[in-house]
Amino acid sequence: MDVMNAFNKLDKTFKVLVIALIVLVALVPIGLIATGTAYGEWGPDELQQAVGYVPAGLQQLNGLWTPVLPDYNFPSGGDTLPEQTPGYYASAIIGVIVVGLIAYGIGKVIIKRND
Amino acid sequence: MHIPDGYLGPTTFIIMYIVMIPIWLYAGYWVQKNLRSRQVPYLALGAAFSFVIMMFNVPVPGGSSGHAVGSALIAIILGPWAAVVCTSVALLIQCLVFGDGGVTAFGANCFNMATVIPFTGYFIYKLIAGKSPIASNLRIAAAAIGGYFGLGIAAGVAGFEMGIQPILEHTAAGVPLYMPYGLNVTVPAMLIDHLGFFCWVEAIVTGLAFAYIAKNNPEVIFNHSEIEKNAKKEASPGGATA
Repeated sequence: MDVMNAFNKLDKTFKVLVIALIVLVALVPIGLIATGTAYGEWGPDELQQAVGYVPAGLQQLNGLWTPVLPDYNFPSGGDTLPEQTPGYYASAIIGVIVVGLIAYGIGKVIIKRND
Repeated sequence: MHIPDGYLGPTTFIIMYIVMIPIWLYAGYWVQKNLRSRQVPYLALGAAFSFVIMMFNVPVPGGSSGHAVGSALIAIILGPWAAVVCTSVALLIQCLVFGDGGVTAFGANCFNMATVIPFTGYFIYKLIAGKSPIASNLRIAAAAIGGYFGLGIAAGVAGFEMGIQPILEHTAAGVPLYMPYGLNVTVPAMLIDHLGFFCWVEAIVTGLAFAYIAKNNPEVIFNHSEIEKNAKKEASPGGATA
């Protein structure tokens, strides 16, 4: 109930924008329909096919970092749309909360003006 | 537009980190000086919004895909320096948690999406909106056009960063070490995908959200008092009414 009380105290515009954000999260699987790789974001195998070799430096830096949820999916998640959807939802929810909390924390720490 | 690890050589990615350091520091200073504590929830909302809007991939004929970023909207509502903070936080989590955008390319990605988009978007919006009233159709159109070209220009900049790699970084025999395509390919490819498709999404999102906020709660807009003062002056050119 604390969350609801805090929510009710916010101004109406903010509430509508929060609802809009929740709607966007609910609709997020739409983003899975586009299956093509964005320009310049190809994996080494895709480059091999396109130009016939994998540039040496690229090969070296590729895979430098191992993310927790690679490509907004569970590491065990499959490639089909139904298999990707739960991971994509989880990613959207985790991402929105973590990003929101960090930005909120930064704001809380550095903003002192109250006028 | 999230450049992965391996597409930019060390010269480029180190320079981009060095460029971003003062931008991040000044952005923090600006936010501290200019935003009020009641705007903190909006800062959080802006960052979260930017994160989720980037998950809406739009397909492009030819097999590629891409998305809007939302940082022009944050720039218009909270100021371009606040947009640097919000979008950088979203990009950091995308990079570390989801592997979207490289760790080495984080500086470049923040420059393109968290700096070029908000500043060019905001500048174009300001130029077109002029002294028009805060919820006027002209100002709403200006926000949409700012979103469109902010993303478009950033796409061109990202294409440039990738396209100079074959010139900067190659083996003795001239074989590219990182991004293999040159400027003549990368810049047009990025511009066509973005101006043709993703920029329209950015324009619609920026225009709609700005219209809603300007009509319902213009006090949220960081420079609303300046906009309203200028609009009033314009309405009574003599300035006689106090």
